[in-house]
Amino acid sequence: MSEVIVVTSGKGGVGKTTTTANLGTGLAAAGKKVVLIDTDIGLRNLDVVMGLENRIVYNLVDVVEGKCRIKQALIKDKRHPSLYLMPSAQTRDKSAVTPSQMIKMIDTLREQFDYIILDCPAGIEQGFQNAIAGADRALVITTPEVSAIRDADRIIGLLEANEIGRLDLVVNKLKIDMVKRGDMMSVNDVSDILAIPLIGIVPDDENVVIATNQGEPLVGNATLAGRAYQNICCRVLGQEIPFLNFEKRISIWTRVTGMFHRI
Amino acid sequence: MSLLHIFHKKTSGQIAKDRLKILLISDRINCSPEMMEMIKTDIARVISKYMMIDTKSMEIQITKSGSRGRNLKNPTLYANIPILDLKH
Repeated sequence: MSEVIVVTSGKGGVGKTTTTANLGTGLAAAGKKVVLIDTDIGLRNLDVVMGLENRIVYNLVDVVEGKCRIKQALIKDKRHPSLYLMPSAQTRDKSAVTPSQMIKMIDTLREQFDYIILDCPAGIEQGFQNAIAGADRALVITTPEVSAIRDADRIIGLLEANEIGRLDLVVNKLKIDMVKRGDMMSVNDVSDILAIPLIGIVPDDENVVIATNQGEPLVGNATLAGRAYQNICCRVLGQEIPFLNFEKRISIWTRVTGMFHRI
Repeated sequence: MSLLHIFHKKTSGQIAKDRLKILLISDRINCSPEMMEMIKTDIARVISKYMMIDTKSMEIQITKSGSRGRNLKNPTLYANIPILDLKH
């Protein structure tokens, strides 16, 4: 039984593409057959985050328009043999694909893959409608900032209106020291406001930038973000994993400076 | 700044949370600012019949106190209307 997951956020730059890359890589590492679909037509990026930008021949729009078979457009990942990427078209726009075409393509992919993960573009226009059309469940990504949370709330409303079966929240780019001194909303604050189940907390980590620079997802490695993404993968697979305890990592020095910041 | 003030100062995280709560309620019920403005002027007109009010600094907002969960079943309209003088 395959599952179609859309990774969405509303606001741009909160980490949809990074989450998609890491989730897909983590699920493939766990032995699942996974395909990642970049639905951001005109602004594709999942290929560079995955480090597969040099292997693109055909893309999503070619498949939909019947210029190639689905298999020809799928790029096999460097690291995991059961992971594939369907890149988006760079020279077209969102109107090149319709929601019904997406559903048709996803239904074909369902036969071959355990997980189909869709990287949704920012915004709530046609690109968003295309991305959510065939999805069974959604991961809503937000950061603990007012603008990102407001957009996430709007997205949750739209996903509910489109009857997406299950919604889960990922709080990304959490700055633990700022939360400690009260200058950033905590994960509890964010999940209280958005009121959907929490599936992951990803701390703000420089290693994410380094990993993106290298085109290597960091899921599963020893970095904070790598461990956080690994836990998200396990939870998507249905395992119950406790949330990482960031409190322990707060040094005495941070506590002292945090006290001064508050005053 | 008094010592008491220092200890009761809201953190920016708390301010963000409070602002979002109010913002999202109006976002979710899909009530446009124009409509809110119309409601406000209508309320002001009715109340003005009976007492003198400060229409410039009156505020109205739709909230739901103690709400958990996304479904706003019983939102409440709060109107904060400063009274200048009670007519008799």
